[in-house]
Amino acid sequence: MSILVWIELNDGRVVTNCWELLAKAKELAFELETTSAALLIGDEVDEAARMALTYGADTVYAAADATLSRFRLQPYAALAEQAVERAGARAFLTNGSIRGGTLAATVACRQKAGIAANASDLRVEEGELVAVRTIYSGNIRAELRFESRLAVASVRPRSFPMPEPVGSSGAIEMLDAVLDEDEIREKVTDFRAAEVGEIGLTDAHIIVSGGRGVAADPPKGFELVGELAETLGAALGASRAAVDAGYIPYKHQVGQTGKTVGPDLYIACGISGAIQHLAGMGNSKIIVAINKDRDAPIFERAKYGIVDDLFEAVPALTAAFRKRLA
Amino acid sequence: MKVAVLIKQTPDTAELPKITVDEARSGEVGATMVLNPWDEFAVEEAIDLADRFSCESAAISLGRVGETDALKHALAMGVDSGLLVDEQVIGDGGEWETAEALAEAVKIADGEEGVSLVLAGKMSVDGNSGVIYAGVACKLGWDLLVNVTRIVDIVDGKLIAEQVFEGGQETVETPLPVVVSVAKEINEPRYPSFMGIRKASRAQIPVLGEDELQVGPSSTVRWEGMSKPEPERVEVRIFEGSTVEEKAEQLADALLAEKVI
Ligand SMILES: Cc1cc2nc3c(=O)[nH]c(=O)nc-3n(C[C@H](O)[C@H](O)[C@H](O)COP(=O)(O)OP(=O)(O)OC[C@H]3O[C@@H](n4cnc5c(N)ncnc54)[C@H](O)[C@@H]3O)c2cc1C
Ligand SMILES: Nc1ncnc2c1ncn2[C@@H]1O[C@H](COP(=O)(O)O)[C@@H](O)[C@H]1O
Repeated sequence: MSILVWIELNDGRVVTNCWELLAKAKELAFELETTSAALLIGDEVDEAARMALTYGADTVYAAADATLSRFRLQPYAALAEQAVERAGARAFLTNGSIRGGTLAATVACRQKAGIAANASDLRVEEGELVAVRTIYSGNIRAELRFESRLAVASVRPRSFPMPEPVGSSGAIEMLDAVLDEDEIREKVTDFRAAEVGEIGLTDAHIIVSGGRGVAADPPKGFELVGELAETLGAALGASRAAVDAGYIPYKHQVGQTGKTVGPDLYIACGISGAIQHLAGMGNSKIIVAINKDRDAPIFERAKYGIVDDLFEAVPALTAAFRKRLA
Repeated sequence: MKVAVLIKQTPDTAELPKITVDEARSGEVGATMVLNPWDEFAVEEAIDLADRFSCESAAISLGRVGETDALKHALAMGVDSGLLVDEQVIGDGGEWETAEALAEAVKIADGEEGVSLVLAGKMSVDGNSGVIYAGVACKLGWDLLVNVTRIVDIVDGKLIAEQVFEGGQETVETPLPVVVSVAKEINEPRYPSFMGIRKASRAQIPVLGEDELQVGPSSTVRWEGMSKPEPERVEVRIFEGSTVEEKAEQLADALLAEKVI
């Protein structure tokens, strides 16, 4: 019996949100009187496997093979199932990334297991695992209990605090790569890494976003918003209106049909706060609005605000931070 | 070849905040129902692929008998045919029963040509899971590609596609049959044409019920303790000042005091 966590690798590097989840798994395992385990799949996993031990895994199940250098569902799901069996897993948890969600769903369906997709909390109650998640785009919260032998959950990034490594006492067990290259149907023929230095929205601590409020001079507006983001080491977000108008690419969109984010700080510049935008960022810890309209709905969710022209307020804020952070 | 597209009828996103716990529990939702916005991209892609590869397209939806607005929307956009799976076939089953019923419907929709590509949206705005297509792929025993931003080609029985994930973008090749969940970047969904709407309004949509397909029960989760998360009422603090710099200085200090920077 154990709580098994998939540690996702991107180009050989660990997606750090997985450590949050592994630390949580250790806590749950303690309460359920079982152990925590990590699953690592890649072409080289030694370093990551050692790290998983220091982040608290009692056992690391690892598979290293050239066929595994890129995520492909067929071989990865086969290995995840192998690890679930070997670990006698009571729960299988993944980071709620695109791939984590897909792997969790596939393993759950094959194992006829219940799934809590995009869970935001996990806890133990009366010896049972309980997963918390929302449906109806954040408008209904529900608690799920599992009736299957195995419980599966994909968990939103940043649902739990980032742990410190603690040292290791666990062991690494190797899994056999079950498939040969000619048995794997999917072939990856080309790969382009995301721009370096770019901070991803879903795991950002701080997000600075721009909306249609930049319309008077969109390139200038996003330059100013971008400078504030850079000063704060923040990711750059946008409303759909800004994306649809072509001011900024879709990958920056926050909201219902964009990304769901949960940073500590969200600074909305020239964004009115439409329901569909709030659906994506309403869970931010602190929301700040910069808007020239005092009656914009965003102020009903914001903790702090400046009512002024963003073309003046944003650079002023950047300057104020530069002075303080220097 | 035939392309099937899985679509769900979901509440209008503007009305989602009004959904009550009772509605969520019973599934009897009073909101205006529309084609799930993420599925519009899948429908557009199905129509586009049917044109590119001279094949047929079919939209499949599991829902309530009589509630066909989403299917009619897909037909009005230009999908060749629609098929409704009566949600009663899954009883009070969850994701995997839904997936199994949809997989069975795909087989029934096969006709003579054989469905070799199933398209789906990214997620439903009510279920918010993004798991149904994974279940359908699993039940059919087909491969699955997710977050696909471009279907480059279908050639020699292989699908060539671009997919995006957090770490970058890949071009992949996989033999048909395959299930593909599409991302928003893939296309610009068209509006239904006037002719399309007229045609759709007259269309008869066949319904698959318990006589046509059976789904094994497999209760896997219990949904409990539903509640409505009330957004924390925070009283906003608007910084006053005679100049914008003054306001910005105060805001910067407040944020530093919050220790979030
Ligand atoms: C199915 C569906 C899905 C959707 N999905 C999303 C989504 O994922 N994300 C999303 O964001 N939206 C989404 N929307 C759109 C949403 O309803 C709004 O239209 C959109 O969020 C508005 O963007 P905005 O706030 O930038 O623009 P607006 O609503 O036009 O607001 C602009 C704001 O800028 C302020 N402003 C103007 N000039 C200045 C200035 N110089 N200085 C300071 N402030 C200024 C104005 O007072 C105003 O409040 C969706 C809509 C639908 C129907
Ligand atoms: N009841 C349904 N009928 C048809 N397709 C569905 C249904 N539910 C979900 N889907 C498809 O699966 C995708 C993901 O849905 P979900 O897993 O509910 O987020 C949707 O975008 C649809 O393409």
